[in-house]
Formats: sequence, structure tokens, C-alpha cells
Amino acid sequence: MIFLKLILTNLRRHRIRSLISVAGIAFSVAAMLTVVTILQGAIGMFSGILSNDSELIVFEKDVSDLFFSNVPQQAMDQIAGWTMVAHANPVLFGVVSSAGHPIITCFGVTASDARIQKAAWLKGERGNFALHEDDVVLGERAAQFLAADVGSQVPIGHATFHVIGILKTANGFEDGGVFMPLASAQSFFHKEGNSSVITVKLRNKDDAAAFKAKIQAAQPNLIALEDAEFTRSYSQFKILKATAWAVGGCGLLLGGLGVANTMIMSVFTRIREIAILRVNGFSNAQIGSVIFGESAAVSLLGALSGLMIGSGALYALKLIPALDGYVDTTIHPILMAIVLLLALLTGIAGALYPAFYAMRIRAVEALRFE
Amino acid sequence: MNSENANAGRRAVLSAKDIWKSYDEGTVAVLNGVDFEGLEGQTVALCGPSGCGKSTLLHLFGGLDFPDRGSVLVNGSIIDRGHNPLRLLRHEVGFVFQLHNLIPDFTVEENCMIPTVAAGVDRHVAKARLRELAERTGLSHRIGHRIQKLSGGERQRTAICRALMNRPKILLADEPTGSLDEKASNMVFDLLLDLVAREGATLLMATHDRNLARRCDRLVEMHDGKIREDA
Repeated sequence: MIFLKLILTNLRRHRIRSLISVAGIAFSVAAMLTVVTILQGAIGMFSGILSNDSELIVFEKDVSDLFFSNVPQQAMDQIAGWTMVAHANPVLFGVVSSAGHPIITCFGVTASDARIQKAAWLKGERGNFALHEDDVVLGERAAQFLAADVGSQVPIGHATFHVIGILKTANGFEDGGVFMPLASAQSFFHKEGNSSVITVKLRNKDDAAAFKAKIQAAQPNLIALEDAEFTRSYSQFKILKATAWAVGGCGLLLGGLGVANTMIMSVFTRIREIAILRVNGFSNAQIGSVIFGESAAVSLLGALSGLMIGSGALYALKLIPALDGYVDTTIHPILMAIVLLLALLTGIAGALYPAFYAMRIRAVEALRFE
Repeated sequence: MNSENANAGRRAVLSAKDIWKSYDEGTVAVLNGVDFEGLEGQTVALCGPSGCGKSTLLHLFGGLDFPDRGSVLVNGSIIDRGHNPLRLLRHEVGFVFQLHNLIPDFTVEENCMIPTVAAGVDRHVAKARLRELAERTGLSHRIGHRIQKLSGGERQRTAICRALMNRPKILLADEPTGSLDEKASNMVFDLLLDLVAREGATLLMATHDRNLARRCDRLVEMHDGKIREDA
């Protein structure tokens, strides 16, 4: 109890200073949690789109973004004809905006695509998809934010489409998206004869390596990757992940500097007290523990507050209609543990110099200090 | 009874042999060849003008500082730079200062428990010891009070309690009554002598108060970093 009180007493003495330090860590943690969660959610959702009832994805080699990938129909026809392939589906990705909704993802797909065939159709008939070129099917959230129902005419980008169905998928991007017949999407996005990717399901999963080799031989401009491999290697995902951790890391670094500043001030204002502890038999390790304990208390309090602020921010983001369907607010326990650990490590790092300074205080000099 | 007979058979628990100590890279000489011996259970007053080296000698015996030259022995152990003062501070020596040096926002109990926390003494044992000392020092009713709420005398009595918590055999007191009025000063000093006698401890006390000093077994006069008189 005495030890705990020694740790906490200085935080109580300088409440405002302590609060500022806690806030520094809290906002850093909240920033890291929010940014990483949003981006990981986005990556997860995008990966989910690609891996919908497929194991491999084929796209144009060396493109920085799948939106710029062009896979010709001829390649699609060839791949679909290979005996090892159970089915292959071309998908054309496009992004448009509508009044009040800056980002609407469009999926140009065929009627046989799993997104159409396996989704839960809330309204409309599955069999009516792709009968007319201006027909579209909306994800449930897209229907909500576009205030559209079956039979509605909805303005999307530079054209108006007729809604023939509303479907429900587990994927936020898809749920907030618009599904067009592939040909309509090719025309709308001026990509006639091309798709962005081909998603492939093999008859035998073990043929993945053979399939990749075959693509390399038959279509040297294309590349085939397994879903997990794609998620790992896709440069956009890498950039997003690195950015998220860098933003969060910078936040924590600033928070850590705040803790370091607080702890230095704390040690300077406690020089006499530390000398008293030393005269009463406190070892260097015990004095260090008091300083590290104080820092850990600030970090822990900051981290817990940050988790609450971050969760609140994610929940608030989810409520913004424009972002509906694009923000996954699920906070993974591992991410939470990493963020907590990083906050604690930051706090400990911030207390290194102050603790070292405290351990070097000579009682005989400090006690002369009025 | 002469003092030689009274001291016969007592062993020296504090010993300083030809101690030299200076500060600021040798420019300020504080102790210039001090020889001193403090016997077990003896009360010794160190008197002399400010700056004559009284406090420095106490610090050397407490392991808070080290001599430039000469040897300091406490309970037969040499105290030098290579010596870890922790055992000394935790079990053998207790300090009382002019300014009580208590933690102001801690209670009497919490302040007194600090040395026991440092030494890893069992909490129940420590509490029993605190009750015993609080009773003797008349602080039982103040045990849960914060230091800020206490009078000067009560604070100094708390400091004495704290110094004796781990049953040290040597008490080093640096002007323990220097910040108190005459009445409180006498009361604290009476208490100090009583406790030291009961505990069988040795008291080495730096003081400017001649009246208090004369009540000790020995009065040692210091001047310019040397011992001038030892009576």
C-alpha cells in the first residue's frame, strides 16, 4: 500500500499535469486504434470481396491499384476453359459519387457471380439480374443511403439506373455498393472488353501452384495470386497498413514525449522526497520502481481512456451516413492488446531517463536542497 | 562513578580514524583529520559552530557520504565507496534531521512504515512496532493524521519513530530540536534520550544547544573540521 501510494501520490499532487499526460497517451492510443481498425477493416472487407467463393485472383501484372487493372475478355475465356478451373468470374471495380455520397463502389459482375447467386436477396428476383443494361442491384446499406427501393430510378455518377433488387451481404463494401451487369459497367467506366480481375475457384485447391504457372505461361501480362498471398503482397494494403501504424506510432511517440516530460518534472519536484526514501533504506531498484510505476500508471490510464475514446470515435464514424458500409468498427482483441502494450512500453521508455536520474540522486546533497 | 568505569566493556560501534573530507574539488575542507569513537549505548553530543563538520561526520557514519581519506567503521564494518550502504541504512542506523524530512501528504503511520517497506519487514510486525513506538512518543491518537496537520514537535516525534522502526542500534540526529521552541525542544529531547536508553541504542547528535548537549554522556567540541575537546 505504501509503495502504491508513493507511486500515485505525485499524480494526485499535480493533477493537471498528470491529466495532460494521460490525455496525450489517450489521444495517441485512440488515434492508433481508430486508424488501424478502420484500415484493417477496409483491407479485410476488400479482401473479402476478392475471395468471395474463390481461391485465386488474376489481375494485370505490376499495377499499383486494382482499379487500374485490365484483364481482357480473351484471357477470361481461356481461363474458364481450363479443366482445373471450377469457375472463373470477371469483376470490374469502379467508384462513383452521387449527391451526398462521395464514394459508391460499383461492381460489374455476371449473373453467375457468387455475389449475385449466394447473397440474400431482400427484395427483387435473382433471375432478373442482367436482363437490361440499365438495371442495378443495390446492397442493403446503399439502398438505405440512396433512399431507393425496387423500381426506383437512382442517379449514380453521370447516369440513372433502375433498381431491380436489394441484397444483403456480410461485406460492408458490398453492402454499400451497387451491382451492375458486367457489360453495363464496362460501358459506364469506358472499359469495354475488360474486367479488373478474374476470381477463380479451382476444382482441386492443390492445383494453385500449377494454375499460377499456367497463367504465367499463357498470359505473361497477368498474374495469379492466392487470396491470402494477395492480401499480404498487394502494395496498396501494405501502404495502408504502414501508414496506419506510422500515424499511430507518431501519436504514441508524442504521447511518450509527454510522459517523459511529466516524469522528468515529477523527479525534479521530488528530489528531496527521493532523498528521504534513500535515507530510509530504499534501493536504486525500489526508487526506480516508484518512477516506473508512476509512468506505468499514467500510460495505463491513458491507454484505457484511449481505448474508450477510440471505440467511441469508431462508433461515431459508423453513424456518419457517407461512411456507411465502409467503416468496420470491430476492434480485434489482438489489436487492443498490441495498442495497450505499445502504450505501456512508451510510458516505460519515457520514464527511463527520469528513473536513471532519480537513482543517481545523492541523499546528502538532496537533503540540503530546500 | 567515573566515565572510564562506566564505559568499561562497551565496544566501539562508531569509529572514525584520521578522517579528511572536502567539497568542491578540495577547495572547501570540512573534516581535517578527525578521530572519534562512539561506544555502544552511549549518547554523544557534537557541538561546534555551523560549518565545523558535525553534519558531515554524521553523514559519513550513515553511509550517505564517504571520506576522502581515513576510515569510517560502523559496527566493525568499513564504510567506503565500495560498501553498499543499504544494509546500514535499513538495519543499523536511523536518521533524525533538523527539518523532519517527512512526506507531507502521508500520514504518521505511512511515514513511519517507509523504512519497513524498504527493508521488506512483515506488515504485521511493522504495525506492532509502530503501535509500540507511537505509544511511547504520545502519537497514538495522531497515527492516521497527515503530517501537514501536526505541530512541529509532533512532526519531530514522528521522525524519531520512523528512525527507530527497524530497531537500529545507532541513531544519528542532526540538530533534531533545531527547528523547535524551547518547550517542544526539551520534550523531544527527553523522549529521544528515553527511547535510546530503552532500545539500548547509541546516539550521536549534532546540536548547537549546550543545555541539551550537557545531558548526553559525552560532549564533543568540533572546530574547523577537527575535534577540539572530548569530555
